[in-house]
Amino acid sequence: MSAIDTSEPTRRDILYIATGAAGAVGVAFVAWPFIHQMNPDASTLALSTTEVDIASLEPGQSVVVKWRGKPVFIRNRTEKEIEEAKSTPIAELKDKAARNANLKDSAAEATDANRAVEGKENILLMVGVCTHLGCIPLGQQGDFGGWFCPCHGSHYDTAGRIRKGPAPENLLVPNYEFISDSVVKIG
Amino acid sequence: MSGGHSAYVPKSGFGKWMDARLPLARLVYDSFVAYPVPRNLNNWYTFGAILSLMLIIQLITGIVLAMHYTPESTMAFASVEKIMRDVNYGWLLRYMHANGASFFFIAVYIHIFRGFYYGSYKNPREVLWILGVIIFILMMATGFMGYVLPWGQMSFWGATVITGFFTAIPIVGDSIHTLLLGGFAVDNPTLNRFFSLHYLLPFMIIGVVILHVWALHVTGQTNPTGVEVKSEQDTVPFTPYATMKDLLAMIVFMLVLAYFIFYMPNFLGHPDNYIEAQPLVTPAHIVPEWYYLPFYAILRAITFDIGIPFTDIVLINSKLGGVIAMFGSLLIFFVVPWLDTSKVRSAAYRPLFKQFFWIFVIVCVGLGWLGSKPAEGIYTTMSQIFTFWYFFHFIVILPVLGLVEKPKPIPASITEAVLAKTGNGDTSNANN
Ligand code: HEM
Ligand code: FES
Repeated sequence: MSAIDTSEPTRRDILYIATGAAGAVGVAFVAWPFIHQMNPDASTLALSTTEVDIASLEPGQSVVVKWRGKPVFIRNRTEKEIEEAKSTPIAELKDKAARNANLKDSAAEATDANRAVEGKENILLMVGVCTHLGCIPLGQQGDFGGWFCPCHGSHYDTAGRIRKGPAPENLLVPNYEFISDSVVKIG
Repeated sequence: MSGGHSAYVPKSGFGKWMDARLPLARLVYDSFVAYPVPRNLNNWYTFGAILSLMLIIQLITGIVLAMHYTPESTMAFASVEKIMRDVNYGWLLRYMHANGASFFFIAVYIHIFRGFYYGSYKNPREVLWILGVIIFILMMATGFMGYVLPWGQMSFWGATVITGFFTAIPIVGDSIHTLLLGGFAVDNPTLNRFFSLHYLLPFMIIGVVILHVWALHVTGQTNPTGVEVKSEQDTVPFTPYATMKDLLAMIVFMLVLAYFIFYMPNFLGHPDNYIEAQPLVTPAHIVPEWYYLPFYAILRAITFDIGIPFTDIVLINSKLGGVIAMFGSLLIFFVVPWLDTSKVRSAAYRPLFKQFFWIFVIVCVGLGWLGSKPAEGIYTTMSQIFTFWYFFHFIVILPVLGLVEKPKPIPASITEAVLAKTGNGDTSNANN
């Protein structure tokens, strides 16, 4: 690019490179707003917690509530369901990680206890979005009596763990806490 | 073969004046009037013209639909119903657009398989072919986003599943997914941006179509013999020969389209899309529009993790594997010119390839059928076999056939092939 043919870099070469670099940084700065505008806006982010009263939820009943635009399943499990989930050896699970955002240890195993919170093991609370491509699984169906996703045939067990089909992970347990005996706050 | 020189001679004074300033008339004359085409083109070669017409129909009907449509999640479904019931001829415009999209894809699939059969992608037409594949991918994106707009159950859940592909990407997948949706699930922001992009992409298609036709006019068309044009004898002028032939094909194609629009307008659609989107209720079977079904079957065929044998280590989980296979089945088109090692273009002179071509057609149609079936039992197994063959065809059969096949003797020229068939050299016979 330089007008004078020398092997040494000239003042002009430095100027060209500096201008080019400043231009590239400028373009990157201008591009960012155009990309970031696509991310969730402030009003979408504002909806990030939900409170639910589950006092009337009897064993064997479920509710679906909406959290961040996604369904959340809350199921009061029956003795039988809990028993089935507990007796499943970890080795048989397709995804051995607990996928429970409430656990400090992200490598915790997907035991039944690790899928619920302590003291409330009968309550299973998880994001009702199939970890395959995002459909909503149907409750109390499929080969393992838990959830079945009709879209591409994923079967989850009574602890919401993936057992069969294309989905790679257990249904996600989001952050939640009981703020009273029957009111649960999600998010 | 278009030759360097131009045959255009401006006649009027204004024509001469313009020609010295902006030779637009010369461009049109050279490209669509005097432009020489092989004299033996058959009807499979009319689909390019049909595709151009379909693009124009989609643009015009789309622009008028946009005058009545509301891209807002609580109003979109109702606005489409309003188009159907209240807007003057709204039902017609919407049925033209919805069925037009299907017929656009029918035409493009025929056009692509014409290319496979006659080896249209071979040297020197690789760039022409690649531009075509880009158009096809843009069409798929446009059709997908358009189908989301009526905001029915299939719109919503189709959008959910297809944007879900991006969550398969390791590490950054979830962030990309949120960025695309503008939220944590498909919702109003998603609908808004899809409308904006659905409006934009067809104009990008026009841009690529111009490049595609430009590339075509540099290399010239192939023809059923696969032998390049060698002399003027081998060709006829575009107008009137190709113009009239294309026009007839367009009319026939439009008649079939009209039959669908007027007598079976919802045959190719899914009834669930007349139920408004319900974000908490997934329909029992999510099926995409028919033209995506083969790719959908490939996606669902990968139900197994790919890892190191005899260990628990998973390299590619079933979800990522499905997405890779699906995109791969499309992207592999780009390298077909280099996978096919045979020097002979046309399947007419390749006895083995011809048989494998038809097997491949059956596999593709079969995948389409499987894509419409539930993902369980025998259907999954069949999808896996067909998916295997799909890739086997490209990766093994195409390269190997070129090496082992003994082609039939190839005619010395197009004219020789035509004469052998009709027994006379009269060009008035050449165009059928
Ligand atoms: C490549 C060309 C195009 C294709 C393949 C295409 C495809 C589609 C499809 C499949 C639908 C859904 C139809 C239904 O089930 O109702 C649709 C809807 C729509 N398209 Fe397009 N489109 C194209 C070009 C355009 C253009 C240029 C516009 C202009 C803005 C447009 C505007 C619309 C609108 C407003 C709707 C919603 C109304 C409706 O659902 O009928 N389209 N498009
Ligand atoms: S989305 Fe659930 S199996 Fe594919």
